[in-house]
Amino acid sequence: MSKTLAEKIWGEHIVRSAQGEPDLIYIDLHLIHEVTSAQAFDGLRLAGRQVRRPDLTIATEDHNTPTLNIDLPIADPVSKLQVDTLRQNCAEFGVRIHSLGDAEQGIVHVVGPQLGLTQPGMTIVCGDSHTSTHGAFGALAFGIGTSEVEHVLATQTLPLVRPKTMAINVDGVLPDGVTAKDVILAIIAKIGTGGGQGYVIEYRGSAIRALSMEGRMTICNMSIEAGARAGLIAPDEKTFEYVRTKPHAPQGADWDAALAYWKTLTTDADAKFDVEISLKAEELAPFVTWGTNPGQGLPLNASVPNPAEIADIEERGAAERALTYMGLEAGVPLKSIKVDTIFLGSCTNGRIEDLRAAAAILKGKKKADSVRMLVVPGSARVRLQAEEEGLDKVFIDFGAEWRNAGCSMCLGMNPDQLAVGERSASTSNRNFEGRQGKGGRTHLVSPLVAAATAIRGTLSSPADL
Amino acid sequence: MEKFVTHTGTAIPLRRSNVDTDQIIPAVYLKRVTKSGFEDGLFAAWRNDPEFVLNQPQYKAATILVAGVDFGTGSSREHAVWALQNYGFKAVISSRFADIFRGNSLKGGLLTVILPQENVEKIWAAIEEDPTASVTVDLEAKNVRLGNEVYPFELDDYTRWRLMEGLDDIGLTLKNIDFVTAYESSRPSYKPKTLPARS
Repeated sequence: MSKTLAEKIWGEHIVRSAQGEPDLIYIDLHLIHEVTSAQAFDGLRLAGRQVRRPDLTIATEDHNTPTLNIDLPIADPVSKLQVDTLRQNCAEFGVRIHSLGDAEQGIVHVVGPQLGLTQPGMTIVCGDSHTSTHGAFGALAFGIGTSEVEHVLATQTLPLVRPKTMAINVDGVLPDGVTAKDVILAIIAKIGTGGGQGYVIEYRGSAIRALSMEGRMTICNMSIEAGARAGLIAPDEKTFEYVRTKPHAPQGADWDAALAYWKTLTTDADAKFDVEISLKAEELAPFVTWGTNPGQGLPLNASVPNPAEIADIEERGAAERALTYMGLEAGVPLKSIKVDTIFLGSCTNGRIEDLRAAAAILKGKKKADSVRMLVVPGSARVRLQAEEEGLDKVFIDFGAEWRNAGCSMCLGMNPDQLAVGERSASTSNRNFEGRQGKGGRTHLVSPLVAAATAIRGTLSSPADL
Repeated sequence: MEKFVTHTGTAIPLRRSNVDTDQIIPAVYLKRVTKSGFEDGLFAAWRNDPEFVLNQPQYKAATILVAGVDFGTGSSREHAVWALQNYGFKAVISSRFADIFRGNSLKGGLLTVILPQENVEKIWAAIEEDPTASVTVDLEAKNVRLGNEVYPFELDDYTRWRLMEGLDDIGLTLKNIDFVTAYESSRPSYKPKTLPARS
């Protein structure tokens, strides 16, 4: 029978299937961080259980770690306890960990791919909703809660109900200045924050194929913002080449066997998706959010919408609330909005290609006096690579702060936060109320828009320079 | 896990859609390494507003949260479930829940009930009219009862059975661990391992 890519990967990981029960699915890789694992390890200890497969498990520290003075003890005692707890748990249960200061430390979704542990055809989970990032390699990857973290630690499996499948086709050529981030923000605006609920999304079409691996990760990363637990893209030569040079790539005969398998990982020509949606690449533009959920976005050339013109009562109320929170007036051009902070980083846009793209625009320029800019590489390895290429100097000369790796201001769990009423242009993934700090106001943008905005001080695209 | 068969209590209307888990519990509250004590973080930002429904005395004793569409979007943090439970909620009613939040809630024994939006609206109206109205969430009968109204809901038999028996998933999977061992014996050798570390 013809199958979609997601159905193929699902089928190959069924450990046990029984009528009226969820499928028991094998997990190839389990990524762990400090925030969602402590209670899971505690559960193991209480039940006298071990980690079944430490060799399929890896931990790093990212969510609450500082990006300044990382050689000093973590100043916040509660954060420190959480990180120390992760270190103790990993030592006790034999789990590999990359701690603050280690060259492989960083945001868990940047670390997996750069180590080559993320490969096509795998099932990958992590107690973090942006695990969908790894779908860019043609893997079935999704976020889980702490109970499920404990379940995977104990059994290396999860009982799961098979999701439905959705295809999102983006065909054509993206206009200049339109990036993967704009594509995914446009998709979320189109289908809504609940549009992907219950589905695995497969991103298809020539505009997707043309994206780099980094761009594909940006797209898959924000699948959860459309409600889909997982999003994936069929692997191709770009994927194989990306994995080939990484530390944990298969070697010798294993490489040949892996490659032969990976080449089968496409949706069959006559396979049926439960839902198909199409976008034309030519019609897309730099995108920015104006509200308090990632579906509340518009092209940068548009104006703040008027809630009174929204027919759906539920959506109108949400828009009214959002504008009040964001301190915005209906009808104001988005490009006239002044921002205070630029955040370049996160598992969405904190990879080397994102830093290069922003640096190319900032080079030789100075930031607007009214803004501060934080550049937070996605991993220590990305930071080292950027420094090798001299990008750190570009950012520092521009007037930006060059920080150490971590989740940082994406979720404001560490000291990197917005103040009350402060407004950001952020390359991260969520513009929820208070996400980047209590009372903070977030506009989600691409690295290109972030860079142009840092120069002008108002939401801008490189074309405005 | 505590068994859930039926629960009767009062309910609180949360007339907001798209309540993300950052609102249910902001990230600054996620640093604890226990599963308890999260009640002070529940809806922390909104609770600063004295008008917010959780601050209204007539709803102080409520154990059933009735929320707008798309409850629990965003972050996978199970702390959102713990915060609701620590505060005293036994069930949440909405017309649609985000997948990860729903999974987390049903693992932890917080019953998430999906009702059509029109029924959510009816319940909102009834509990705003009379905040002391008794609401029953009956998992055995698969319905919500309020006054003379009976609102049926669906839940798959497997999850229902697990909740009614108070069974934990890990214990159930461990009964089938031989299947896992058999599966592992045929996994291809090219699948990556984190140990030993390569650089």
